[in-house]
Amino acid sequence: MIGVLDLQGDVVEHLDHLERLGVVARRVKEPSHLHDLKGLIIPGGESTCLARLLMIFGIDAAILEAYERGVKIWGTCAGAILLATQIVGEKRYLGLIDMEIERNSFGSQLDSFTTAASIPKVSSEPVPLTFIRAPKIRSVGTGVEILLQIDDYIAAAETAGILATVFHPELTNNLAFHRYFSRKCGLAAGESPPLADPTWTPTSWTRHSRVTSAV
Amino acid sequence: MDTKRYELNVQLAQMLKGGVIMDVTNVEQAKIAEDAGAVAVMALERVPSDIRAQGGVARMSDPTMIAEIKRAVSVPVMAKARIGHFVEAQVLEAMNIDYIDESEVLTPADEECHIDKTKFAIPFVCGARNLGEALRRIAEGAAMIRTKGEAGTGNVVEAVRHMRTMNREIRQLLSMPLEEVTGYAKANGIPYEQALKVRELGRLPVVNFAAGGLATPADAALMMQLGCDGVFVGSGIFKSADPAKRARAIVKATAYFRDPLKILEASMDLGEAMPGLEISAIPENQLLAGRGW
Repeated sequence: MIGVLDLQGDVVEHLDHLERLGVVARRVKEPSHLHDLKGLIIPGGESTCLARLLMIFGIDAAILEAYERGVKIWGTCAGAILLATQIVGEKRYLGLIDMEIERNSFGSQLDSFTTAASIPKVSSEPVPLTFIRAPKIRSVGTGVEILLQIDDYIAAAETAGILATVFHPELTNNLAFHRYFSRKCGLAAGESPPLADPTWTPTSWTRHSRVTSAV
Repeated sequence: MDTKRYELNVQLAQMLKGGVIMDVTNVEQAKIAEDAGAVAVMALERVPSDIRAQGGVARMSDPTMIAEIKRAVSVPVMAKARIGHFVEAQVLEAMNIDYIDESEVLTPADEECHIDKTKFAIPFVCGARNLGEALRRIAEGAAMIRTKGEAGTGNVVEAVRHMRTMNREIRQLLSMPLEEVTGYAKANGIPYEQALKVRELGRLPVVNFAAGGLATPADAALMMQLGCDGVFVGSGIFKSADPAKRARAIVKATAYFRDPLKILEASMDLGEAMPGLEISAIPENQLLAGRGW
């Protein structure tokens, strides 16, 4: 089972992708929800908000413990910031992957963009990438593998236990990163559906929050 | 605005889900808000309760102040333009802020037209009291919706009314046979294509936040349980006795909105909330929610 940290941010978008791959997923709101997980996704959102909520109820300590037990962790965008050992101008939070990251490094929302890149280790086809007020990984330490470098910055990196991406695979129709992470966690994530899921649309997330589920 | 840009703008709002957007009037407040865990700040000269008390024409804030706030924080910065004032929106876009709120809290500049938001690359959030209003704004290019509530009152009753109205109207649309949709859309001023989209999705196609009158952690959790995707708190934080503490408490209650014990914890020892206003005590012509259509 893979958990998605459910404090703030684009939680259901990740749950939706995992569901498409047939991977069992759970929302993580309390330290106890980390039990039995093979992997944990820290989604996009605002890193100071996530960091504050992580500390209030001791989920940060529980995540560090889970990591020691061998739980793999993937951070997208804000999640990647929380995982870095160095953050430009700020103190670090979880500090689980040796890299320096800079928050909101491209500018304002008008500088958000999409592109595509070849990441051979993750997919044989080019992967669409969505950057939203994204951070940049400035450098990585020894033992950290760079999965994707674009111009002067690193966009994806990993170690045996950690995956960090500054973009949002959960906001595209492409399941390659979710399959890659599931396999990193030792879970079987099959070849079906195809990596570019034709049934995904930008509003797919809404099925997780229909009005009928509200009061 | 091309489709891809619009998608990116809706997706930025998706990143804010489960979070609290706070009104701030200077750099110091912006930093307090960011430290407390705000997912974005709304930069404005006067919070709604002061606009209400002081009267006069409320306009877009001084760009100098907005720019200072933008430099001081790394969370997204939003700012308000008057309803229909597309040049204020052009100025805000030129400043490279992250989101424009076309807001009834400011004095409307046009009593017939809202801004044509499709002409902009920058995203817009707009207020709504019901489903028709929300879908008209989306048809005009809004990438995010919020309830209007009644800003600056510290009284959540109007936000509740607007959210319950939207939910009820969405449920009605979902349950009626297709041939009734045309008449329903006509009666409620809903663009027909948007009505079909809501039937397909079972909710608004974009993120919908609560706004207008929220003052306590319980108010925030109430709006979340009613199905909002996140909350705006305007006067409620910096008009209270201990803004930093209240800001943190509202962030906590919004994240754990289904957990009464955590909302209880968040509600303890906060000091005075902002003074509240009974809606019926406000003269009709001073109600803000009626601005826009």
